[in-house]
Amino acid sequence: MTTTENSPEARYAGDTRTVTLRVNGQEVTREVPTRTTLADFLRDDLDLVSVHLGCEHGVCGCCTVLLDGGSVRSCLMLAVQAQGHEIETVESLSADQNNLHPIQEAFAEEQGLQCGFCTPAMVLRTKEILADGQERTDDEVRHEISGILCRCTGYQNIINAVQNAGRKLRCGGAGGCGSAHDEAKGA
Amino acid sequence: MTTVENEKPRYKYIGSDRKRVEDPRLLVGRGGYIADLKFPGLLHAAILRSPVPHATIRSIDATEALKLPGVVAVVTGEDCKAHMNPCMNFGPSSIPQFPLAVDKVRYVGEAVAAVIAESRYIAEDAVELLEVEFEDLPAVTNPVAAMEPGAALLHDGHGSNIGYERTFEFGDVAGAISGADLVVEDTLHWGRSAGMPMETSGAVARPGLNGVLEIYCNSLNFSYFSFLIAGALKLPSNRLTMNPVPAGGSFGSKFTAHKVPTLAGFLALRTGRPVSYVEDRLDHLMNSDHHASDRYYDAKMGFTSEGIITGLDVDVVDDYGAYMQFGVGTHGNAFSQIVGPYGFRNVKYHLRAVLTNKCQQGAYRGFGSEVHNWVLERLIDKAAVELGLKPEEIRRRNFITNDQFPYKIPGGNVYDSGNYPAVLDKALGMIDLEHWRSEQKRLREEEGRYIGIGLATTQERSVFSATEFWALNDNPDFPLTSSPESATVTIDPAGQFQLLLHCQSMWGNSPETVGTTVLAEEFGIEPETVNVRYADTARALPGTGPGGSRYTVMLAGAVRGASRKLQRKLIDIAAHSLEVAAEDLELVDARVQVKGAPEKSLSLPELASTAYFFALNMPPGMESGLEESYTYDHPYTTLPSADRSDLGVFYPIMGHACHIAVMEVDPDTGTTKFLDYVAVHDAGTMVNPKSLGGHVTGGAAQGLGSTLYEELAYDDEGQFKSSTFMDYLVPTANEVPPFRIGHVETPSPFTEYGIKGGGEGGRMVTPSVVSAAIDDALREYGMRVRELPVKPATIVATVQAAIAESSK
Repeated sequence: MTTTENSPEARYAGDTRTVTLRVNGQEVTREVPTRTTLADFLRDDLDLVSVHLGCEHGVCGCCTVLLDGGSVRSCLMLAVQAQGHEIETVESLSADQNNLHPIQEAFAEEQGLQCGFCTPAMVLRTKEILADGQERTDDEVRHEISGILCRCTGYQNIINAVQNAGRKLRCGGAGGCGSAHDEAKGA
Repeated sequence: MTTVENEKPRYKYIGSDRKRVEDPRLLVGRGGYIADLKFPGLLHAAILRSPVPHATIRSIDATEALKLPGVVAVVTGEDCKAHMNPCMNFGPSSIPQFPLAVDKVRYVGEAVAAVIAESRYIAEDAVELLEVEFEDLPAVTNPVAAMEPGAALLHDGHGSNIGYERTFEFGDVAGAISGADLVVEDTLHWGRSAGMPMETSGAVARPGLNGVLEIYCNSLNFSYFSFLIAGALKLPSNRLTMNPVPAGGSFGSKFTAHKVPTLAGFLALRTGRPVSYVEDRLDHLMNSDHHASDRYYDAKMGFTSEGIITGLDVDVVDDYGAYMQFGVGTHGNAFSQIVGPYGFRNVKYHLRAVLTNKCQQGAYRGFGSEVHNWVLERLIDKAAVELGLKPEEIRRRNFITNDQFPYKIPGGNVYDSGNYPAVLDKALGMIDLEHWRSEQKRLREEEGRYIGIGLATTQERSVFSATEFWALNDNPDFPLTSSPESATVTIDPAGQFQLLLHCQSMWGNSPETVGTTVLAEEFGIEPETVNVRYADTARALPGTGPGGSRYTVMLAGAVRGASRKLQRKLIDIAAHSLEVAAEDLELVDARVQVKGAPEKSLSLPELASTAYFFALNMPPGMESGLEESYTYDHPYTTLPSADRSDLGVFYPIMGHACHIAVMEVDPDTGTTKFLDYVAVHDAGTMVNPKSLGGHVTGGAAQGLGSTLYEELAYDDEGQFKSSTFMDYLVPTANEVPPFRIGHVETPSPFTEYGIKGGGEGGRMVTPSVVSAAIDDALREYGMRVRELPVKPATIVATVQAAIAESSK
């Protein structure tokens, strides 16, 4: 590997390491350059192009994935840092457009998306925040999704989608149980 | 015209909240964006951008960069100069632009050199190894100073930093102002922002068969201009095929975005290999294809003592940046609705478009009409205060009345239809202003809180005509008059529908939902069953693409036109098969049936089977197959007069909106909070109210950004200060309030189904209404929003100055 005085990054460009992690339920082992971001690894090595790069400096949140169930910005992590961890991308909910997960279905019903670029991140964040099975106010949802930028929707339909998804999940599936106040049948 | 609710025809699909057919693929993360495209042997480009605002390029040394393993080539402006023509350009030809700077750089962020490598990582490494010698020139950053004699010139060949200057006058403005009972004046500055989609611009180009260069890109409307990109690349137009790739947002930023695909195409031609160039966020913020309007106004408006507007006198200096790629089209937009919804007849508009060492301008939701609207509404609010009129009252007194449509405004454009009092009344009905006005008083007196109420309107011109591109010029090079849109409808042999759109038009709007909804309406099929595709330029019929809120109207016209041709053919085949007269048949719920005897019918699959496989059962002489195309031309446009005293009809499909905001402002910190917000829009017949509401909300959020947060800032030396998302503040969910949306429907008499465009109005009124609410909250301190974005520091400084003044 050629290195130059001028480019400290290039000095490490050739270093690789073996990384083993679980992605969407499957164990994956790959040899990766140590400087490869988790986002690029998921997109380029595993073809999980639902991980979208909006800013690559950790502000927009479009590259959000779940790491051990919690959201992280995959542009700010190296692939090697995911060693031994469990990663979920939106494909883990459903990768079948004809058979959407209740959260994805809620986004479709509420038109909680327009261009779709922030959507996988928003869907994953929704899964994370609804994991507690609790009802929440619109203001609470507003705060909880505020780490991901959406330039299309003005957020209201996303908030509606999160609430709709919460009802569906509390009522045990896509059919829901009719009203937000119905007794929850499960998480 | 009293209420339109009951007058409009009822449709089965058009006008109801339906799920979008685009969404399932987006929800599983398969949007098919530009960065998702992979080709064998694909190379990646990274760009060295100018760190200085104005300099001669003395030398570029790529020796070290080329030594780095994996680097394939370095391409510079010298290569552009030697092997291509300047980029497509609707501005003066004396202001040429190349995708990489030739001889000198004119703004921080201008592309200087491209490195092509086996990976983006290597390309970025190599960019750092390039050594460029710049010889600094004086930076021109103030547009007024730029016009002074002796200011450094951006383009020697142009001979001046004034890219365009002209005065337009319609009516007698001097008389209107001198005869007015009240004249209000203001100096206003609308700051630079941009569409700033979450996905940047990008393109992949590769050499194809037969000497054809294939470019894939997320620009929106290239069916309209691909021959111009071919011209820049010195290719015959039939040796360039541009392929549609859905965009992850645009809002204007990908409208006619030509430099990224031109550059990718050039790099593929230079290397003979497939090359991808996708901007990163830094590229996009400092360069993108363009920033948006940056205007300084001296404006005055005359009024009678009753509050009737007598005339408007505008002097605007627009800080255009370093190039004028789209000419002064954003001011043409202002002329389309120069009087707003108001009936005054005297307007003067002095425009100077000035070249400075900043990024070039282009489109952003509103395309310059939103800026003019802000100026108009700012002046009316000032007059309302001086005359003691409520904001709703002064506007109501000036509205064009329902019996005046179609209404020709000063300057020549026509408003097709409208019902402005109905929109105002609906907005007032959704919020109790008297309650808020008493709360405002009570909270100020009892709790020391500062509440403000803002009310504003906007026109929302839609469906531009191509005459807009050149009407402000006396001697345009290419005075085109076409801005059509096409659709091809195919029923396959099994009776299933394919819809082909002839422009890349998907950027987050709903072209597929609109197209399939119209097909459903025309054939009685379910929208979700239709497959929608986009044509590449080798196949595409005339198409202008989305922009200026035209696509829903134009696509509906094209799809309906193609549908009618296909319906005729289906009925003729059925008439022949059933041995009945064609006029006795009708198409209902996906069957052709005998009128009054629906049991005698043929299904679409039966008819399709005949059309494809049973030529001997077809009417004699009829072609096999079931495919029809239709090109829908602009429904209503006229030429400007030779002397430009009349600019012609160029933007006649006119929507309208009224927003009311209640805000609280903290005078100690300058922070703001919404207590309520209602937005009522009239976009004619609605295709999908929920989608339209989504566009209103998204647009309003962007208007809020332009008003309070977003700024593409340069310092006095021309250094760019907004190069990350921590500097350029896109509103998060915390900043955007819940907007309460209302709709009024006044159909257009000129479009299919009476649809009007509705994609931009949200952004076109928020700046006015928020400015008004902030003023109203801090009126006792003399607050007057005169510059956007209005920052907390400005609010605090105004309050502190007023307090200091009063304690003297």
